[in-house]
Amino acid sequence: MRIHPRYVQYGAVAILSGGTLLTLAVLVFIVVFVLEKGLPVLSLDFLLSSPQDMGRAGGIFPTLIGTIALPLLAILIATPLGIGTSIYLTEYTRENRVTRVIRFGTDCLAGIPSIIFGLFGFIFFVTILGMGWSILSGGLTLAFMILPTIIRTSEEAIKAVPKSYRDVSFSLGATRWQTVKRVILPNALPGILTGVMLGIGRSIGETAAVIFTAGSSLRLPTSIFDSTRTMAVHFYILAREGISNENAYGTAAALIIAVLLVNLTAYWLMHWFIAKRS
Amino acid sequence: MTLIGEKGVRRILLATALSAISALLLIALFIIKEGLPFIFHYGLWNFLSSSDWEPQAGKFGIFPMVAASLWVTFGAMVVGAPLGVAGALFLSEFAPRPVMRVIKPMIELLAAIPSVVYGFIGVMVLAPLIRDYLGGPGLSVLAASIILGIMILPTVISISIDSIMAVPQSYREGSLALGATVWQTIHMVTIRAARSGILASIILGMGRAIGETMAVIMVAGNAVKIPHSALESVRSLTANIALEMSYATGLHRQALFATGVILFVVIIILNSAAMVAIRGKAARK
Repeated sequence: MRIHPRYVQYGAVAILSGGTLLTLAVLVFIVVFVLEKGLPVLSLDFLLSSPQDMGRAGGIFPTLIGTIALPLLAILIATPLGIGTSIYLTEYTRENRVTRVIRFGTDCLAGIPSIIFGLFGFIFFVTILGMGWSILSGGLTLAFMILPTIIRTSEEAIKAVPKSYRDVSFSLGATRWQTVKRVILPNALPGILTGVMLGIGRSIGETAAVIFTAGSSLRLPTSIFDSTRTMAVHFYILAREGISNENAYGTAAALIIAVLLVNLTAYWLMHWFIAKRS
Repeated sequence: MTLIGEKGVRRILLATALSAISALLLIALFIIKEGLPFIFHYGLWNFLSSSDWEPQAGKFGIFPMVAASLWVTFGAMVVGAPLGVAGALFLSEFAPRPVMRVIKPMIELLAAIPSVVYGFIGVMVLAPLIRDYLGGPGLSVLAASIILGIMILPTVISISIDSIMAVPQSYREGSLALGATVWQTIHMVTIRAARSGILASIILGMGRAIGETMAVIMVAGNAVKIPHSALESVRSLTANIALEMSYATGLHRQALFATGVILFVVIIILNSAAMVAIRGKAARK
């Protein structure tokens, strides 16, 4: 029996919309589940007091510092490199073999699993360069990891600046660099910041690459040469070693809130950027 | 920039532009430098095909981990690929534009949730469900497949949507004008025109699934054995590296780096395949 195409379509819409709803339900479930269990534990006191007994009691203050320090260092290193790359690709060269190689490298780097970054950071920064388990090793490793994100988003942002802006600047006698500095970068800034925020978000949530490079010391770091433990690593250790489910949930809630805030800011910046463009 | 001049600026920018490719080469170099001597020493075939992983006894066969990674990745594709493509089709072809503009970023937010959180949800929610209703230890191939399947959804959906939206509107109009329904248009015209992008999204999702570490450690159970059913506990290649790296020394550590080399090669092959799929489409246009 042949089913009327209209009914086939009804069926297809039902299945496709069901799949979409399921995906959204999973997202909502994860966020709600973690917040519901974690928010009762989470408080200013929890964030700002030191952990006791390996994290069984007390708060997560040192891991909060670690979670701020590592992404900050990663961003400080990766942002200039990423913006430089995107300026070079968009403003200083045409598509040729060199740009293809650069793009291929960027795409490949984006696909490398974080455990490989961890292995590399461990052997290169921690061991060979003798930086030990430290904020420095972890920050450098994360910088490598988020570089592709920053390059891609900055490139999109710079490409979105209308060509007429460049023409006007050049016609006024500005050099290429003056045009980039005074016209293109200020106009592309919100888009570039989106990439930076996405990079921060990824660094905050990262575990595999961080645990082998920054270590997991619970002491409060005093310099970038000290080992530190980020919230993500702390959460992993609490949950996996069954130290304290309660504190694990609290840490997870802090982690999710941080990641969501950073990513929503990124999204808002991009929205603002697009609104300004059109 | 009078201090360095235009030429100097260009040189500096070129230097920064080489940072990503240099980073990639540096990573490849040091992983290979640590791992390749072991592969030569132990023999690639021996390393991949032997089932005995007993580092203390000098036995380094990673076949159980290879099997585990393949099963878990396959499972993740079974869960994630249809769901992801379904979501992408619905959002790009049926949902009103404003709805899509709200939902697409929400789904991309799924990608931002740290993998340890996914793992934790797997342990606290999914594994007990599997244990109670299907049997086995709960932490299993099935649990890992479902969690990884969810984790690759943003990759599959986001890239698929981009490729479906890139299909020229005139294709759809042509099909509709011939009397096809919207669904007939989608599965006879749109999907075919966008298939290389959809394929690329699935390949990239696969790369993510193979490379994922923390979530798999938490939900797959980590027993070193070849699984005979989806309810058994397994240890993936990535999990093996992460679990043993902290105390491994000498040959054992080299064996873990050699595992890293294998992973690295697989990922580069998958990424290149995805890039060829995307570029092939661009070339046809």
